[in-house]
Amino acid sequence: MTYDVIIIGAGVTGAAVARELSRYNVEVCVLDKEEDVCCGTSKANSAIIHAGYDAEPGSNMAKMNVRGNYMMDQLCKDLDVPFKRNGSLVVCVHEEMLPGLKELYDKGVKNGVPGMKLLSREEALAMEPNLSDNVQGALYAETAGIICPFKLNIAMAENANVNGVDFRFNTRVEKITKGEDGLWHLRTNNGEYKTRYVVNAAGVYADVFHNMVSEEKIHIIERRGEYYLLDRTVGDHVSHTIFPQPNKFGKGVLVAPTVHGNLLVGPTAIDQDDKDATNTTQFGMDQITAKASENVKNLPLRSVITSFSGLRAHEDHQEFILGEVKDAPGFIDCAGIESPGLSSSPAIGEYIGNMLHDMMKLTAKENWIATRKDVLDPKKLSIEERNDLIKKNPAYGQIICRCESVTEGEILDAIHRPLGARSLDGVKRRTRAGMGRCQAGFCSPRVMDILARELGLPLTEITKSGGKSNIVLEHSKEVAE
Amino acid sequence: MNKVDIVIVGGGPAGLAAAVAAKKAGCDSILILERDGELGGILNQCIHNGFGLHTFKEELTGPEYAGRFIRQALDLNIDYKLNTMVMDISPEKVITAMNRTDGMFQIQAGAVILAMGCRERPRGALNIPGYRPAGIFSAGTAQRLVNIEGYMPGREVVILGSGDIGLIMARRMTLEGAKVKVVAELMPYSGGLKRNIVQCLDDYGIPLKLSHTVIDIEGKEHISAVTIAEVGPDRRPIPGTEERYTCDTLLLSCGLIPENELSQSAGIEMSRITSGPVVNESLETNVTGIFACGNVLHVHDLVDYVSEEAGRAGENAVKYVKGQLDDNASGKLIKLAATDGARYTVPSTIDPGRMDENLTVRFRVGDVYKDSYVSVYYGDERVQHRKRQILAPGEMEQVIVKKEDLLKRPEMETITIKIEKE
Amino acid sequence: MEQRHLTCIGCPMGCQLTVEMDKGEVLSVSGNTCKRGDIYARKEVTNPTRIVTSTIAVKEGDKERVSCKTANDIPKDKIFAVMQDINHAVCKAPVKIGDILIENAAGTGVAVIATRDIRKIS
Repeated sequence: MTYDVIIIGAGVTGAAVARELSRYNVEVCVLDKEEDVCCGTSKANSAIIHAGYDAEPGSNMAKMNVRGNYMMDQLCKDLDVPFKRNGSLVVCVHEEMLPGLKELYDKGVKNGVPGMKLLSREEALAMEPNLSDNVQGALYAETAGIICPFKLNIAMAENANVNGVDFRFNTRVEKITKGEDGLWHLRTNNGEYKTRYVVNAAGVYADVFHNMVSEEKIHIIERRGEYYLLDRTVGDHVSHTIFPQPNKFGKGVLVAPTVHGNLLVGPTAIDQDDKDATNTTQFGMDQITAKASENVKNLPLRSVITSFSGLRAHEDHQEFILGEVKDAPGFIDCAGIESPGLSSSPAIGEYIGNMLHDMMKLTAKENWIATRKDVLDPKKLSIEERNDLIKKNPAYGQIICRCESVTEGEILDAIHRPLGARSLDGVKRRTRAGMGRCQAGFCSPRVMDILARELGLPLTEITKSGGKSNIVLEHSKEVAE
Repeated sequence: MNKVDIVIVGGGPAGLAAAVAAKKAGCDSILILERDGELGGILNQCIHNGFGLHTFKEELTGPEYAGRFIRQALDLNIDYKLNTMVMDISPEKVITAMNRTDGMFQIQAGAVILAMGCRERPRGALNIPGYRPAGIFSAGTAQRLVNIEGYMPGREVVILGSGDIGLIMARRMTLEGAKVKVVAELMPYSGGLKRNIVQCLDDYGIPLKLSHTVIDIEGKEHISAVTIAEVGPDRRPIPGTEERYTCDTLLLSCGLIPENELSQSAGIEMSRITSGPVVNESLETNVTGIFACGNVLHVHDLVDYVSEEAGRAGENAVKYVKGQLDDNASGKLIKLAATDGARYTVPSTIDPGRMDENLTVRFRVGDVYKDSYVSVYYGDERVQHRKRQILAPGEMEQVIVKKEDLLKRPEMETITIKIEKE
Repeated sequence: MEQRHLTCIGCPMGCQLTVEMDKGEVLSVSGNTCKRGDIYARKEVTNPTRIVTSTIAVKEGDKERVSCKTANDIPKDKIFAVMQDINHAVCKAPVKIGDILIENAAGTGVAVIATRDIRKIS
């Protein structure tokens, strides 16, 4: 199979690049080793759209963050992605560290961050009464926001797909070589792919692919971040995203509402040497508890509904590596995409899209579709509208996930739309079924039945998240079914 | 808006018993709303025996026990809607519900009986470190897959938590050909009934490790092993006690939580200990005309007690809609307190005027007590003092309070239940 | 003389029973609070029995499994033999609660009966 551009990785960066390229008359394919989009770093992060005051002025991180933040309103409107500018507070709890807030503010000004303000203790407490009693002051950034990270990733990928970009899942790139035909040859577990250009958006694996083609080696370390997700009943404990003052390991343990009304607490920052080490640890969980309480008081940690961990693709120089690799023409890196990677993704997509547009002299598609509708959420309808919907499609009258009130209609939509869900986690990320306080205890057998029926598969082949994550092993009884 | 005298939310054992009792007490306008495709609730998947000794004086399986109540409800022509999810209950007792055929609809209820049951504590809420692969189930979810759908989650099983469903599933999985390697329990005592330990674990040589918990889960796609460690009195793992068990299935039986999201939306006051509504002697919540019974009120050990309690809720709801509930109200509220090892009581208050001649007060203890006394104090006066060989948190206890005793003590403000050594 | 300690499974109280035995003969049972405890203890030390509950495959039903139980208790050492028969049995919907699904499970002389109804689907 031969393409003009192959993107390795269907995370938020790969999807953003894919969507940008889908504007042009060019053959693009996205390869991912997982069964779905949004299966790596993109699915387990803080779900924050950062304002952009953290990064070093002039760095790719600073530029992409501020630009990505700016683009988010229109993008989320076009692609029907839940996004809210709730504002953030960097909280200072030690008087001697107050100058640090001013330094952050100054950096923000240099980076072009609008709407920042240094707050006194009283102003901060007035804005957020559950801040620690030790609060000395805070940096407020009104452009900071919260987003559904799955939906952003999924929406950009779906939109790219509708506009002609191919996606190949369960496809692991094993070797990249330059052929005598001048094309890049990508050997995978699903055959060989050839392409003029490669975009390396492989997250924690980006160094592996870069190092296959370049003598100028890069190194990415997996920096694990563990989180607690709290029940919606305590989602209003804070209304802004609360950060501690940053340190060399990153932005520290934050406390933030999510766009779906939960409360998120985390992450830790622990360097790993395993690209799949998304396990949580007792040490990490203890650390979250201790750190989060430094800035926010009375944290209702009794209401934890789940804990999870994600891996940041931390490049040794803590900078986004964006652009053509010097000694590998046609191989384009998007490497070292750690925080603020989610915030930056639309800008990275735009930047790489423009770069390839110029390099390849691409022409715009006439019929490019700029918008996409999310899985219809009946909760947003009036009773009358909802009843019309149920009359047309009774599946919208059947609740499958009671905690998040997700109907069968939404699950069918998630399965049958472009790049539709094929696993329990795929359904969960698209509809929130199983994301609530019972953590899929009630709905998982029901969602499994729907997946089996709609995909024409036996129940034993339905997985939690692709691969060998089958949920049930076999029929009971020794009788022929 | 449609009007119904008594709307019952949930068609499991509590809802069915409440409906049957309400109908027999003379109410003809009753509607059960059930979210599943059949009546009977979780009993349908509890295919083991041991139900009904109190209610029917014989030992039945879960489906048989449910079947008897379903038969009664059908014979009494009680209305019900299946596959119907209640979305909201307002303090004014307007019920909003939804199903495929009626769409979203509202009913003005004269009285509401909450009978939604409980759910299992999921892995997330237990803060078990490790990966999050396939193969981890709450015991009840596995029970549904095995007993109703006919699928085996796996062949090599570790169970965390010794709640009754976990014990029952240890036996079920063993009978279906799986190897259950160990049941680990965080607490120094089992959360389940003693007889289930005998006939579900001991009968099959399955070890029960008290004061042990899972401290790591391995397997990136599917679970492949867990590590179990002993815990100290602070319930933290003791280094050096780790043992690794390979397995393809981890079942969790770590507690049940009353399912009260709807109750909260109706403005009902909740108990932090039971996670169920606070109720008075009539099983009525702080919102007049809304009653609660069964596992949504407090988690029961035996379904027979659920049925008995639900029957009373049904009768009281009828009195309420007929305007008779307050006929004898004394206006006086006696508080029930649980101290010295007793964790809570249901009910929380008694109006002596509204109670029957005898009132059953149910409670649980917070620890294992051997050769101790269950004592009841009317004010400072000890009026009951009953010796018990053993009291355990897994089992519900009860005492009887007599109306005549309360009427004799007009000054009394508090009844206290205590566990005493002598 | 030997003593055996048992937990009664007759009801949820789980009485702690002590059985005094001599050469396989039960001399006395203590610790029980009701008659069932006495019966259980005598049986448990001489000929222990259990009710077996499981499911049986159903064809043409609205569910793929029907719950079932042995109509009476069977010897404890026959549990897995009875399960073998249960695992290989297949029945056809409709099934009524109480229907006999296996007449004589593993030669125990005890039937396996349905504990719920299963509707036939066309």
